[in-house]
Amino acid sequence: MSADLTELYQQVILDHNRRPRNRGKLPTANRVAHGDNPSCGDQCSVYLRLEGDRIADLSFDGSGCAISQASASLMTTRLKGKTAAEAEALFQQFHDIVTTGQAPEEISDLGAFAGVHAFPARIKCATLGWHAALNALKGDPVPATTETHND
Amino acid sequence: MSPSWNDVRADFPILHQQVNGKPLVYLDNGATAQKPKAVIDALVRYYERDNSNVHRGLHALSMRATDAYEGARSRLARFIHAADPAEVIFTRGTTESINLVARSLGAKLKAGDVILATEMEHHSNLVPWQQAAKASGATLRFVPVVGANAEGGLDLAALDQLLTPQVKVFAFTHISNTLGTINPVAELCRRARAVGALSVVDAAQSVGHTPLDVQALGCDYLAFSGHKMCGPTGIGVLYGRRALLDQLAPDETGGGMVASVDFDGARWKPAPERFEAGTPNVADAIGLGVACDYLDALGRDAIKRHDHALARRAYAELATLPGIRLLGPTGERGGLVSFAFEHVHAHDVVTFADEDGVALRGGHHCNQPLMRKLGLTSTTRASFYLYNTPEEIDVLIASLRRTLKFFQA
Ligand SMILES: Cc1ncc(COP(=O)(O)O)c(C=O)c1O
Repeated sequence: MSADLTELYQQVILDHNRRPRNRGKLPTANRVAHGDNPSCGDQCSVYLRLEGDRIADLSFDGSGCAISQASASLMTTRLKGKTAAEAEALFQQFHDIVTTGQAPEEISDLGAFAGVHAFPARIKCATLGWHAALNALKGDPVPATTETHND
Repeated sequence: MSPSWNDVRADFPILHQQVNGKPLVYLDNGATAQKPKAVIDALVRYYERDNSNVHRGLHALSMRATDAYEGARSRLARFIHAADPAEVIFTRGTTESINLVARSLGAKLKAGDVILATEMEHHSNLVPWQQAAKASGATLRFVPVVGANAEGGLDLAALDQLLTPQVKVFAFTHISNTLGTINPVAELCRRARAVGALSVVDAAQSVGHTPLDVQALGCDYLAFSGHKMCGPTGIGVLYGRRALLDQLAPDETGGGMVASVDFDGARWKPAPERFEAGTPNVADAIGLGVACDYLDALGRDAIKRHDHALARRAYAELATLPGIRLLGPTGERGGLVSFAFEHVHAHDVVTFADEDGVALRGGHHCNQPLMRKLGLTSTTRASFYLYNTPEEIDVLIASLRRTLKFFQA
């Protein structure tokens, strides 16, 4: 396997793809947004419970390639407890990682996505969940759903 | 110099390259086909020797360009066995051809009329009809596709209920770009005509892959793209029966399509000029004529046998892979196979294949409603053409095995 491909499919990414965290609808969510990638059909919904300015809990659901699913999964673990401003700042850092391939030391597991930069067509996959999350933060409140899916 | 099967690959310069350090295995022919040297040379020759505007000049170059352009029209007419070259309208491709008929026919539709399409249409033969229905108040209905993997093709039994006298247009594909299903075009056209509906056939995936005779099929309109049959991009054809075209209002207006103009209005030329406003794509039409020569020298019946044999072999080999779901007919199929793995997404498959030099398509193939019906968001597709070989299928299968192993490890 080439170095580029090994970089793209890091262990962290494979692990999140195989065992996604916080996947399924969040029954207590009061914000939701849906993102899709029209060119390839990838979809991602993000459910948030915003308490004041802070993300008390979040989850994602959707379908797509290993990169998009792992990215959304990892994102949910990193955004819990963050304020909207902090989430925005973290996304900026993540965006820099996937577009430049440079990951600052302190960014830890998100740095696994640095390999995406060698595959420009996949940047949209890596950022799909993040865009949905930021849109959910900006969006209007929604009634919490009672349905859950845990798959 | 006519091409021969023994050196078909030698005729296509692009095939002789390495991708990611591996010999290119081009299996994305459903998206676009590669071009033989003869077509590339025709484009260069036109621009180096004959380039000029058509139908306007009296000078030598303009006459040469006009002759070559109209010669291409006649060549295309012969390619699909149209009764008259005037039945061949040059367009940008399938999409523009269908938009042209959908807008022009749509203008005559009214509430209560029905446009019938099928569940396996490419977005290009779906969205223009949605727009025509919205604009006119007509209703759009669909012939269902049968089977969990769409293996049963179109539900021909349901057609009896669906093809009512209210149906004014029946639009359907000849060969599905996602499923590989070959539809019984002649039968569908006959049944459409029996209720007074016009038939519109999407031949994007068929015209360069199988002998095609519009008169034998009995279709009213037929659309295709040059780039999927070894011709240039940006050129395609709308075939329409002469009697219909002369009654059809033009879609675009401007220079070249008018018989006479005064400040208050204009009168249209007959087909085909009526539908070709502005300077046409002369060079690519000529290139497409040369692509017809190339394909017919090999014989489309032979190309069909070759593609179908590859698709059959690929289908059988793919079926041995764990966790695979194969779409479309289990028997006779066009030269492509779409599949999905339980645990590996199509994009990951395509990225891994690319590393092995194999060009595949992953995604919804402009067939989103069908995908949704089948409970899928994307599939991987391998599509074959005259220059592909059985050895390339072996490379494909080895690449897929490696991908499955990586993701299941
Ligand atoms: C069945 C079918 N119809 C229509 C089209 C659209 O062709 P084009 O993009 O050349 O207009 C395609 C090509 O993808 C196709 O496969």
